[in-house]
Amino acid sequence: MGESQLASGTPTPTRGDRAPRGGSERGWRGRLTAESAIVLFAIPVIVLVGFAAYAIWHETATLDSVEESALAWPTIWQQIWEHVKLTFVSAFFVVVIAVPLGVLLTRGRARAAAPIVVGIANSGQAAPSVGLIVLFAMWIDFGFSTAVIALTLYAILPVLRNTIVGLQGVDPTLVEAGRGVGMSAASVLVRVELPLALPVIMAGVRTALVLLVGTATLATFINGGGLGATLQAGISLLRYSVIVSGAVLVALLALLIEWLGRVLELVSRPRGV
Amino acid sequence: MTATSTRRADEPQAGDQGQISGAEIRLENVVKRYPGQQAAAVDGLSLVVPAGEIVMLVGPSGCGKTTSLKMINRLIEPTSGSIHIGDQDISGQGADQLRRTIGYVIQGGSLFPHMTVARNIAIVPKLLGWEAGRIAERVDELLELVNLDPAKYRDRYPRELSGGQQQRVGVARGLAADPPVILMDEPFGAVDPITRQRLQDELLSIQRELRKTIVCVTHDIDEAIKLGDRILILQEGARVAQYDTAEAILASPADDFVADFVGAGSSLKQLSLSRISEVELRRPTTARIGESTIEVKRRAEANGDTAVVVLDRHDKPTAWPWLRQLKGETIHAGAEDLINLDHRATLNDALDTMLTNSHGGAVVTGDRDRYLGVVDFVAVTDFMRTQQEELESTRRDQVLASSDPQDEHRDDITADDGAS
Repeated sequence: MGESQLASGTPTPTRGDRAPRGGSERGWRGRLTAESAIVLFAIPVIVLVGFAAYAIWHETATLDSVEESALAWPTIWQQIWEHVKLTFVSAFFVVVIAVPLGVLLTRGRARAAAPIVVGIANSGQAAPSVGLIVLFAMWIDFGFSTAVIALTLYAILPVLRNTIVGLQGVDPTLVEAGRGVGMSAASVLVRVELPLALPVIMAGVRTALVLLVGTATLATFINGGGLGATLQAGISLLRYSVIVSGAVLVALLALLIEWLGRVLELVSRPRGV
Repeated sequence: MTATSTRRADEPQAGDQGQISGAEIRLENVVKRYPGQQAAAVDGLSLVVPAGEIVMLVGPSGCGKTTSLKMINRLIEPTSGSIHIGDQDISGQGADQLRRTIGYVIQGGSLFPHMTVARNIAIVPKLLGWEAGRIAERVDELLELVNLDPAKYRDRYPRELSGGQQQRVGVARGLAADPPVILMDEPFGAVDPITRQRLQDELLSIQRELRKTIVCVTHDIDEAIKLGDRILILQEGARVAQYDTAEAILASPADDFVADFVGAGSSLKQLSLSRISEVELRRPTTARIGESTIEVKRRAEANGDTAVVVLDRHDKPTAWPWLRQLKGETIHAGAEDLINLDHRATLNDALDTMLTNSHGGAVVTGDRDRYLGVVDFVAVTDFMRTQQEELESTRRDQVLASSDPQDEHRDDITADDGAS
């Protein structure tokens, strides 16, 4: 189960269906700078090599019974899966809440409320994440759902802020041109403003993903699962091999998810921009 | 003094003009007052734009010309007053519905950068629910109308086009659903002077075919003189300073404001009133692409010409080489784009183009870039001399006929200007 799950969360870097047929446009590859191309192609390699090295160590190291049970492959895959779930379920709610909220805060009279709402989201992020998660657990309940709620609130800010900034950055004459030729306000939003703001919004989503994958290690304190459990176990059992295993796996997962964010950012950029 | 005000109508070209497809626009006592501002932005503007004409709105910045324009498609809602297009009150229908029946062309084209040229043009037809096949056909038709090769340009993105090409697509988008009324807001403000002149010529040529009602805002009085059947000069608060044909405004500005605005060189501006089509054209030797070079040289020498105009199979001039430049066995299209003058271009444009041309002349084209002939300095100066003489004599008549001392005074001044 585990291996295929990980693979399915990783889109292949070649999106042939999006590549243009004509010669005039080189597709998203043409928009890559040399630097970002290196980053984009190097990260999966680093993750693969890192994971292979870890797997080799895991198979060849002599572990005592405590380590053996803490680092059993089924446990590790289970935790990776929980971690990925925590990250993406929270990210889903972040997008579902922050993007419409951001849209709302750039329309008409609601514009005035934008600084207030961004301020609230800002203070949410400034609060220590452990505190936020534990507070929510005491208030609601322990477990996965509470962890998702806390993580979602924690990661709303970057997406909300980038949605607002992205929409504000759309050339107002284009919006007026859209209205001027008879598009409704909703149509201008969906067909002009959001596509043009999408790269900025996706940059916010990438930031949120990175925040989430790191913060999700804290979910273990309230029984939310994730790779934090391995770290936690290593610390309480005083086994360095277990602590380092947890740290390495979280780091690799974070790299992979950050890479995924980059890919999303790249493919979501509308052609012609 | 308004004897010249029917310039366009009685020209020989009037016969081959298209059917009027525009509708009359009528503004009645339209007021726009912004909250918190003492003076109204538009203070009781009343105006009739006749069907099928181009009316240019000019005035100093902040005079309310753009506000007035945007009230016609309800991008700005008037505080009071009424606006009719044809016999329809525009406040009687939904604003989005209304705008789909009014073309809107903005500075720089304002194309959507994430949509191809074809999708940009197809926006309004799509909103109106046309079938895909009809839309595709219409897109190609419009691209041809604005002189862009559909096969080459329809799938491009705006950033892959030059400023002039973007503006052409902007005009095509405005025309897409064949609206009776087109509003233009500084349409050619963002392009270089030579491109602007070409786009203006093209617009005139399109208008000759389509006869829309066009209301166009500009800050450039020369553009207004060139394009406008009528010019509306506005003062602060969109108060009408003068609304008349270019000739009438140049010949007799209503007041000092108009005189100042039109500018001191108003006799020079007369150059913008005369079209190439009024000047006699030379017809030098022409050659077809693919013809034998020797044959063409022989023909040119027999005519006493030192250069030939090369035409493609659509009669479009593509090159204007000297005889010594003719090399190879057959004639081929020139390497560089030949800058042609539309026969509706003004003498002002003609002088501009000639100065940048080694032949001291320019190739003149008619509708759809068809070759008409060649204009040179001698022809233009001859034409200007006879024009000037006519003008002087009519002015003398006017001065004699005028009984109002104030009028007489003004005519004296313009006559002096003309003489100096």
